[in-house]
Amino acid sequence: MDLFGIPIQAFLGQIMLGLVNGSFYAVLSLGLAIIFGIVKIVNFAHGAFFMTGAFVAFLIGRHFGIGYWPALIVAPLIVAAIGVLVERLLLRRIYGLDPIYGLLLTFGMVLVIEGGFRIAFGSSGYPYPVPDELRGVTNLGFMFLPNYRIFVIVAALVVCAATWFVIERTTIGAKLRAATEKAELTQAFGVNVPLLLTLTYGAGVGLAAFAGVLAAPIQHVNPSMGSELVIIVFAIVVIGGLGSISGAVFTGLMLGVIEGLTKVFYAEGSTVIVFVVMALVLLLRPAGLFGREES
Amino acid sequence: MSFPLIPRGVVIAFFVILLGLLVAVPFFPTVVYPVFVMRIMCMALFACAFNILLGHTGILSFGHAAFFGSAAYITGYGLLHLGWAPEFSILLGVAFATVLGAIFGALATRRSGIYLAMITLALAQLVYFVFLRLPFTHAEDGMQGVPRGTLFGFINLRSDLNLYFMVLIIVALALALIHRIINSPFGEVLRAIRDHEPRAQSLGYPVARYKIMAFTLSAGLSGLAGSLKVIIYQVASLRDVHWSMSGDVILMTLVGGMNSVFGPVIGAAIVSALYYYFSGFGGWVTVMVGSVFIICVLVFRRGVAGQIRHLLETGRARSAAASHSEIKDKQNASH
Repeated sequence: MDLFGIPIQAFLGQIMLGLVNGSFYAVLSLGLAIIFGIVKIVNFAHGAFFMTGAFVAFLIGRHFGIGYWPALIVAPLIVAAIGVLVERLLLRRIYGLDPIYGLLLTFGMVLVIEGGFRIAFGSSGYPYPVPDELRGVTNLGFMFLPNYRIFVIVAALVVCAATWFVIERTTIGAKLRAATEKAELTQAFGVNVPLLLTLTYGAGVGLAAFAGVLAAPIQHVNPSMGSELVIIVFAIVVIGGLGSISGAVFTGLMLGVIEGLTKVFYAEGSTVIVFVVMALVLLLRPAGLFGREES
Repeated sequence: MSFPLIPRGVVIAFFVILLGLLVAVPFFPTVVYPVFVMRIMCMALFACAFNILLGHTGILSFGHAAFFGSAAYITGYGLLHLGWAPEFSILLGVAFATVLGAIFGALATRRSGIYLAMITLALAQLVYFVFLRLPFTHAEDGMQGVPRGTLFGFINLRSDLNLYFMVLIIVALALALIHRIINSPFGEVLRAIRDHEPRAQSLGYPVARYKIMAFTLSAGLSGLAGSLKVIIYQVASLRDVHWSMSGDVILMTLVGGMNSVFGPVIGAAIVSALYYYFSGFGGWVTVMVGSVFIICVLVFRRGVAGQIRHLLETGRARSAAASHSEIKDKQNASH
């Protein structure tokens, strides 16, 4: 069966691989959206924390023999703790200023974090093994997909759904949403809003680190694995808007698929297609796909 | 400010001395390395051009490397592959950056604030990938061995002295132009947009068009800096179009002081010196630059120029406090 002279298997195959990339985009833009919604900071360092998550998984494996499954929990917690410190020591000082200062501050953090890892570990990167349970491939009928990549898609979707559940269906989520709308009023009701901000930032970068651990067996663990990714995720955020969680997840997955399909038709274009889509969305629907006009 | 903080004579004397020192530089190459001074001049032009947007229109562009770097590549292409004279190659590079700036401006100004910053960053990444792929850029190797050529058919730029004075004159003229733009009625409108966009709009100014014009001017002048860079170093590389270059120009502006015309010049000198004198420390330079970024955002948002002005203002206010308490009120209101 052919479509535009290209076997349908190639289409379905690239859609699946696109979904894998889209899973990373979804988890990362979800974290960005949560941090922006509540802490009001565009976290440029999101990619750096993604990379830190992958490195922490690699390092605790090398030095303490902690395997993939515990690392999937431990590494995000460690990075979340770092995030909590960063929020307490740095971000807290610029609340209330123009949000561009948040972007600039976290950009400075990118340089420090990436530079630090490059000094300590070089730029070439380290392989991280796929866990034994997920080795091998599954025949989907139209392609052989490595089991690990299937797991990535499932894990990402589960984490996104869990995050949505926490924010939309639990008490702490209700407090978060209240603090997003009216911080002072929420505080007057006895909610500790500053603590909420700290925890939100920690959770947001923890999500980025979780994506980093997921990515570790697929990519080489290296200091610059996050910085190009964060720029793509920014473009996705412009397309989808930072307003809604489901919007961020959906846009992330969709752009991953579009990127995959581009590989079928014009492989060279796949690195830029997200930016081209962003430009088109700005022309046709300036507020973004799910946009109320924010900022 | 209705009356200048520093007497006009002092300002003129300062610029005359600075110009005298810059003219003297190539005759004392053992004291300061002239290529380093040319780099600072390039970066000063780049930062001042960038600041038309950040300081005077209130727009944070995170994509200015696209203008700087693409002009470097295109001017290099004119010199190396088309065999054009330097003046036409520079024009070609500047024209390219200007058109690119108009496109960036038209797209990015459809949103504002941090979204605008993210859009410019993404568009610049698009430009980065395009230049990575184009055959004449030679990807990671960079475009090397760009000839400097002969300016106007009789000034041979292979002479470092000729080159130095060409750069000095072009940068001085371009900075004068930026000063003119910022202090023109056009510049006033830009500041009105920065301070209160809805008000500027309700006064009848076509805000979107002004923003795109500011973008275009800023991009063209940033391109001029990139064109000069390729002639000085005879190399255009991916570093010139990379997001870290956009970060550098933001840092220069931040360090120098964005609420002034020439503050970014100071920032350009400081940041260039940081890169130049600490280049032996390898990866630590990036960490240092990042730390300077963080410190500036946290405690030094005025920048050097803003800090000097602040000190002068508080000094004057203190001496006049007894008789003119309203000056101080005005200052408190403006901070």
